[in-house]
Amino acid sequence: MTSDAPRGVDAPPELVQLLTPEGERVEHPDYDIELTDEEVRSLYRDLVLVRRIDLEAVALQRQGELGIWASLLGQEAAQIGSGRALTDADMAFPTYREHGVAWCRDVDPVRLLGLFRGVNHGGWDPAEHNFHLYTIVIGSQTLHAVGYAMGIQRDGAEAATIAYFGDGATSQGDVNESFIWASVFNAPVVFFCQNNQWAISEPLEKQSKIPLYKRASGFGFPGVRVDGNDVFACLAVTRKALQNAREGQGPTLIEAYTYRMGAHTTSDDPTRYRVADELEAWKLKDPIERLKAYLFKNQLADQEFFDKVDAEADALGKDVRRRCLELPDPEPEALFQHVYAAQHSLLDEERDQYLTYLAGFER
Amino acid sequence: MTTLTLAKALNEGLRRSMEDDSKVLVMGEDVGKLGGVFRVTDGLQKDFGEDRVIDTPLAESGIIGTAIGLALRGYRPVCEIQFDGFVFPAVNQIITQLAKMPLRSLGALKLPVVVRIPCGGGIGAVEHHSESPEAYFTHTAGLRVVACSNPADGYSMIQEAIRADDPIIFFEPKRRYWDKSEVDLTATGLPLDQARVARPGADITLLAYGPMVKTCLEAAAAAAEDGRDIEVIDLRSLNPLDMGVVAESVKRTGRCVVVHEAPVFTGFGAELAARITEQCFYHLESPVLRVGGFSTPYPPSRLEEYYLPDLDRVLDAVDRAFTY
Repeated sequence: MTSDAPRGVDAPPELVQLLTPEGERVEHPDYDIELTDEEVRSLYRDLVLVRRIDLEAVALQRQGELGIWASLLGQEAAQIGSGRALTDADMAFPTYREHGVAWCRDVDPVRLLGLFRGVNHGGWDPAEHNFHLYTIVIGSQTLHAVGYAMGIQRDGAEAATIAYFGDGATSQGDVNESFIWASVFNAPVVFFCQNNQWAISEPLEKQSKIPLYKRASGFGFPGVRVDGNDVFACLAVTRKALQNAREGQGPTLIEAYTYRMGAHTTSDDPTRYRVADELEAWKLKDPIERLKAYLFKNQLADQEFFDKVDAEADALGKDVRRRCLELPDPEPEALFQHVYAAQHSLLDEERDQYLTYLAGFER
Repeated sequence: MTTLTLAKALNEGLRRSMEDDSKVLVMGEDVGKLGGVFRVTDGLQKDFGEDRVIDTPLAESGIIGTAIGLALRGYRPVCEIQFDGFVFPAVNQIITQLAKMPLRSLGALKLPVVVRIPCGGGIGAVEHHSESPEAYFTHTAGLRVVACSNPADGYSMIQEAIRADDPIIFFEPKRRYWDKSEVDLTATGLPLDQARVARPGADITLLAYGPMVKTCLEAAAAAAEDGRDIEVIDLRSLNPLDMGVVAESVKRTGRCVVVHEAPVFTGFGAELAARITEQCFYHLESPVLRVGGFSTPYPPSRLEEYYLPDLDRVLDAVDRAFTY
């Protein structure tokens, strides 16, 4: 493949798909999904709302209100599909781009913005949402997900973990170690790889010579590739993998085949390394448009419904923006807080000296 | 009182912790059936089972990364890194995750993970089996770093470390594993972050931790024959540092030598020298001197006697301190 050829445009044959880009429902021999009309509309609403949050965050960054933002544009179905497959007892371990999964776990979007605004490094209680903190060092969280799953085994609990990571992360030692550990301990974990084709500027062929889902077989557990822009297929495949894990059948690697429609982050310029044709081709596979077409064709929703969701999205965008701007800057004392759980004499001393020093300016 | 080796005292401490709290797990390479290459975990798997004493795959980052996950689920993992020089594959997990997660969660998360590392040289080993990497960890906020020097401390410090809610790097001086002393198995010992006066003295203060405490005590005994009264302080905790005990001693003696196996250049002794200079300036009769490893990689074993601080090099520094 030459470096200029559009990537990932022709869907590979192994892909699990239940909804075509044109919004046609198709059957798959191994995976099926039964959803009420209300559930389908709810998935559509999720997709639209998280895209709107993402759009608002990009705008906030462009206006100088966030230091940086990692957009999920194009990956909404992979995140909502997998996120909605989780039960309350399951535990998710995200990267820094899982805004859609955070939405499914009821994490206030403004909490996510706080991290990118520089107010704190995360700041939600993972146990409250069963959604771990964003992890920025690539792949590190996959080992945490496996360790947590080993804890679930020891508790005898009916639960599983899901570890999110990208195509670039599959080259990391930690991800490969996590595959080994999950395999030999038969840990209840689902590895959910969003292959969005690009690790900043590096295309997939810089990471792997074989399709990513095939890596699993070398570690001794199943791998499956799903259409990452098909929310039905992502939900069905993840649900089954999680259930297998909870039932003691061990890990599964899911490769959600998708596309990063935006830049890696707001600091990135993808025009330097990828061709416009690729983006145009993937626009035709948009996760929201195909579900909208399905809803229309099957008369599951009318224009009034779509208008209502759009209005809700706009209101959400405004609300997120307002509350982001209202986030208070932390006080200097916050520098010293929460570094240790127990008292730490050195830190106490440094804090007291520095606050006394600062107080000298206030006289 | 019972006479135990350091390895056995640590083993008893681990056993006591596992009996007291069912959430305590031991994990690492060869810690199960074999009982660890130094036998510190000997017999624990037999008594507590494979779910609590886990023979892990041979992957240090995996050990720490999965221990973090287990801690997030409410467990208290005690990880064994087989040798000091093998901790480096795990350093990413230790520094970017283990040390940072409580702050990242604004205090919602606690990570009670103990990372046990046999450290230091003097056992005639091949490369990577004799290192003293403590300064990498004392330089990392979010970690507590301690080093035991004797069986009684080993027994109490490992239990305190396991009870603590912060991640702790726990150094064990491997060449002292077979040293014996009296251990009171009913004693609780000093709090984990307190230094201990290992030998009181009036003329000069020696500061040491881990394997060098014994070396300093031997130097002090030799110097006593020449009429020089040396105080030896076992720091026990490197982060936080118990400067109260250190400053009280140095203000009294007016002289101080720091001894560690790690290279002197930007080693832990540099921090001690700077703090003592600041806090004891008007009491000092001589500059704080340092004895330690050279600015070389740890040497082949047939050279290590020249590299490691010994009684003579310590006493040479003591003599130099009295020339000012």
